[in-house]
Amino acid sequence: MFCLQPISSSAAKQAGFPGEVHETPGGGVVLSKLDDLINWARSNSLWPLTFATSCCGIEMMAVASAKYDFSRFGFEVARASPRQADVIIIAGTIVNKMAPVLKRLYDQMADPKYVIAMGACAISGGPFFYNTYSVIKGADHIIPVDVYIAGCPPRPEALLHALITLQEKIKKGYTREQIRQGSNS
Amino acid sequence: MNNEALHAYLTEQVPDATFDTSGEWLNVQVSVAAFRPLTEKLKKELQFNFLFCLTCVDWKTHLTMVYHLRSTQEGHHLVVKVNLDTQQPQIHTVCDLWRTAEFHEREVYELFGVDFLHHPDLRLLILPDGWEGKNPLRKDFDDPVNMIKL
Repeated sequence: MFCLQPISSSAAKQAGFPGEVHETPGGGVVLSKLDDLINWARSNSLWPLTFATSCCGIEMMAVASAKYDFSRFGFEVARASPRQADVIIIAGTIVNKMAPVLKRLYDQMADPKYVIAMGACAISGGPFFYNTYSVIKGADHIIPVDVYIAGCPPRPEALLHALITLQEKIKKGYTREQIRQGSNS
Repeated sequence: MNNEALHAYLTEQVPDATFDTSGEWLNVQVSVAAFRPLTEKLKKELQFNFLFCLTCVDWKTHLTMVYHLRSTQEGHHLVVKVNLDTQQPQIHTVCDLWRTAEFHEREVYELFGVDFLHHPDLRLLILPDGWEGKNPLRKDFDDPVNMIKL
């Protein structure tokens, strides 16, 4: 258990803050788990990598712009360096020549790192599934994916939904490694 | 120069050329032998100074090279087509007339296997090493490992 400074229960609820608030005269005391606090912090500060390989990238840019604005949910700024990024949104087709580059970018990202497969190409190769010599049939052949969004390309709202779904997954508390270990044992 | 004038000029230069006048631009089909002398004339006499598209089509029975030309001075357009043999496709390069063709011909070379004679640097453009002679945009290209057939 972890104890914080006095906080009012309404403010805690508004922020989606994890833990219980125990009301005392002159304010409340919140009790929470350190893991929950870390996950809460992580989920609300996910910086995406500037990475787009085709038309889904245009939709991703729209979501970053003022009308949809994923900064509202903590996706703040797209980082041009994988060292500073927490989430990679695979926005577009991955071809055989791009695959090793994507793998290297993913390997260069610092843990904890998350992957969103945006659109039909990133999920399965999409319109390039048949009769092509160059396209990877799904980015999950290269790196593990946390959230998939259908669409060609998906609506900006769908990407926002996927980003919030990723936040929910992180707030539930298990990393992908923990989930994998749990299923093995 | 309008399409009718171009049509008359080309009939004079290449008597056995065939035409397609149905589109916005005049299409002319010439033989491999007549192609190179014609392109030099188009560049020098008709001021076709801009090759804005160079591509190839696989019709299974034969290949067709397609050259889209434009004159930025005169404002006229022309589409030149040349049929090539599927087994041994060979055509003279145009990259000494239009420098842009150097890359485009390398692309057609790697994807369709067309041999451009007198090209200064005919090698793969985008495909990685080991793709020489595979020609993935040919209709009969097959890759049982990476390709899923519909």
